[in-house]
Amino acid sequence: MKRHLISAADLTRDDAVLILDTAEELARVADRTIRKLPTLRGRTVVNLFFEDSTRTRISFEAAAKRLSADVINFSAKGSSVSKGESLKDTALTLEAMGADAVVIRHHDSGAPHRLATSGWIGGSVVNAGDGTHEHPTQALLDAFTLRRRLVGGADGGVGRDLAGRRVTIVGDILHSRVARSGVHLLTTLGAEVTLVAPPTLVPIGAGRWPCEVSYDLDAVLPKSDAVMMLRVQRERMQAAFFPTEREYARRYGLDGRRMARMPDHAVVMHPGPMNRGMEITAEVADSDRCTAVEQVANGVSIRMAVLYLLLSGAESAVGTPAPTPTRSEETE
Amino acid sequence: MSTDTHLIRGARILGGEPADVRIADGTVAEIGTGLTPDGAEVIEADGQILLPGLVDLHTHLREPGREDSETVLTGTRAAAAGGYTAVHAMANTFPVADTAGVVEQVWRLGKESGYCDVQPVGAVTIGLEGKQLAELGAMHDSAASVRVFSDDGKCVDDAVIMRRALEYVKAFDGVVAQHAQEPRLTEGAQMNEGVVSAELGLGGWPAVAEEAIIARDVLLAAHVDSRLHICHLSTAGSVEIVRWAKSKGWNVTAEVTPHHLLLTDELVRSYDPVYKVNPPLRTEADVMALREALADGTIDCVATDHAPHPHEDKDCEWGAAAMGMLGLETALSVVQHTMVDTGLLDWAGVADRMSFRPAAIGRLAGHGRPVSVGEPANLTLVDPSYRGAVDSARFASRSRNTPYQGRELPGRVTHTFLRGRATVMDGKLV
Ligand SMILES: [Zn+2]
Repeated sequence: MKRHLISAADLTRDDAVLILDTAEELARVADRTIRKLPTLRGRTVVNLFFEDSTRTRISFEAAAKRLSADVINFSAKGSSVSKGESLKDTALTLEAMGADAVVIRHHDSGAPHRLATSGWIGGSVVNAGDGTHEHPTQALLDAFTLRRRLVGGADGGVGRDLAGRRVTIVGDILHSRVARSGVHLLTTLGAEVTLVAPPTLVPIGAGRWPCEVSYDLDAVLPKSDAVMMLRVQRERMQAAFFPTEREYARRYGLDGRRMARMPDHAVVMHPGPMNRGMEITAEVADSDRCTAVEQVANGVSIRMAVLYLLLSGAESAVGTPAPTPTRSEETE
Repeated sequence: MSTDTHLIRGARILGGEPADVRIADGTVAEIGTGLTPDGAEVIEADGQILLPGLVDLHTHLREPGREDSETVLTGTRAAAAGGYTAVHAMANTFPVADTAGVVEQVWRLGKESGYCDVQPVGAVTIGLEGKQLAELGAMHDSAASVRVFSDDGKCVDDAVIMRRALEYVKAFDGVVAQHAQEPRLTEGAQMNEGVVSAELGLGGWPAVAEEAIIARDVLLAAHVDSRLHICHLSTAGSVEIVRWAKSKGWNVTAEVTPHHLLLTDELVRSYDPVYKVNPPLRTEADVMALREALADGTIDCVATDHAPHPHEDKDCEWGAAAMGMLGLETALSVVQHTMVDTGLLDWAGVADRMSFRPAAIGRLAGHGRPVSVGEPANLTLVDPSYRGAVDSARFASRSRNTPYQGRELPGRVTHTFLRGRATVMDGKLV
């Protein structure tokens, strides 16, 4: 692994499989009701959130704590950050605190890249979502969920990738960091990706991405092993990306009727939070085929794996002496 | 500064055969071979290129208001170091140069600096807000004699205001210099819209937002039979429109920046805000089209859009950073690198695109003149054989936001003369 996780595009196929395998290993440890591993004891992980995202923050927090790291949550809300302190000054503060890893969520695309390359800090940087750029741990947890569901087996598909699996990503591609990371990672893992959106929500330049683009959801559904529904903000309507919510839901939303066009084994994914009635109906969201809740659980395992691989110095958690499961006290 | 007589020996005027040039009483006094010093200070040019002093149509000197990034004095020192003898100071200062008082203040500061002539540009509309015409006539009638008007940084997007401005300035042979940027198409724009912006997730600044305004404005200029100048043209499509307008015989001129002749949006992959500029860096195809258009004269001139910013405005995340880059001290090197060393333009062409034509567009007296006896001695001597890495620590500008830091570029200004006085000697400001 490299020192930082900024973009899913930086991961090779072997890097990605290693992360998924490590997450599988760590998830199994958690299943054995051993809640905490001592692996990162004495290490400090800072969650630096310039944008509200309780879901992502608590997922990283849980992951770090299960590895016994010390966690500092640094939120832009109510801090000096919202009073105009620059990213640089914040970074220098965190460096002085001895942060071993900074998990950053930022409203500007490229802010994690800047943090990692500007020399402001010495620790690892993990991108927890930047602007409309990338969200690599989301892509990893999605790939993890897909591998368990579609490749599967008793071991969750350890050692294997997603070769030949057909994944359709539907919704606001233009503004989606989940889509960008997903395209990079899923194709690296051998999956065939198709993006579906109204043309207004497909970026100019996406024609060069290693995936297909379609404007017709119904035509793509029968050929999909998984359909990932992206959250579509209702405010996009004001900027004329689509005429009305109703029309969006009618043409690009997933309801029971559409879901029936999918192959029997195909799953429905959603990174959350869902806009029920917009991109997904309650019927689909609550069905057995929807993996949304599973994705949340898998998110903790993936983030444990990422922090473990970045901070423990180990090349692999699998194959080499595995993290020794020991019971430890809750210390917070 | 020295007001002595100078004898430049063995200079290639506009790249021609070596000759000696005597400068006395602020003018070119004698041109020949084997001239004797007769008390003049001798400069051994040894084959260096002698050009008319460079003229910049597009400089941000930042004073008044942002003296933390540049002042008229530091900016004109940077200009002299880059071989310029005249610059047009853009109007987006604080306060905005939209009254006779502000343009006269800038003009006076230029006089006091002594490093190059400062011709203030007046705002087209009050506060650059695009709503109400500024007192264009008063600015023209002032001591600053403003002839170039621009809301640069903002586009005059209202078609009626643009039409009126184009018509109104005809009374005093003015020109409206348009920053072509359709505002609605560029809301939240961070970089060129294309393959790279799609990957980086940065808001796109589409070529069409520039081209749509240029297309409209050339038609307006034709309709009211006035003079239009296009600032920092940056796309291949814009070139096509200007080429078409010129083929119709319409009075349209255009400029290109050095950075748009060299750099592309691929550099934005670093997310380093030193590459953040407006209009944004475009694609390789655009760069090649711009070079070709500058070579064939479709684009009239090179203008720096020298835009100093303090360190903290660039030492941050991309979205928070200011737009703009320095240009005065590297412009000639970039032009040599992209146009001369590639065979697209000879030195006479450089003199045309960096001095004659910009001075003509600005109706600037005493600049952009041929290097011949009796002409004002506004001159630049450049050593084209020089090779060296750009080092912003040596810049005369108060700011350091150059995109060329550490990059090897050819050519170096060794001497600059403003009306016969050396402002730069042996590569150093006097
Ligand atoms: Zn401009």
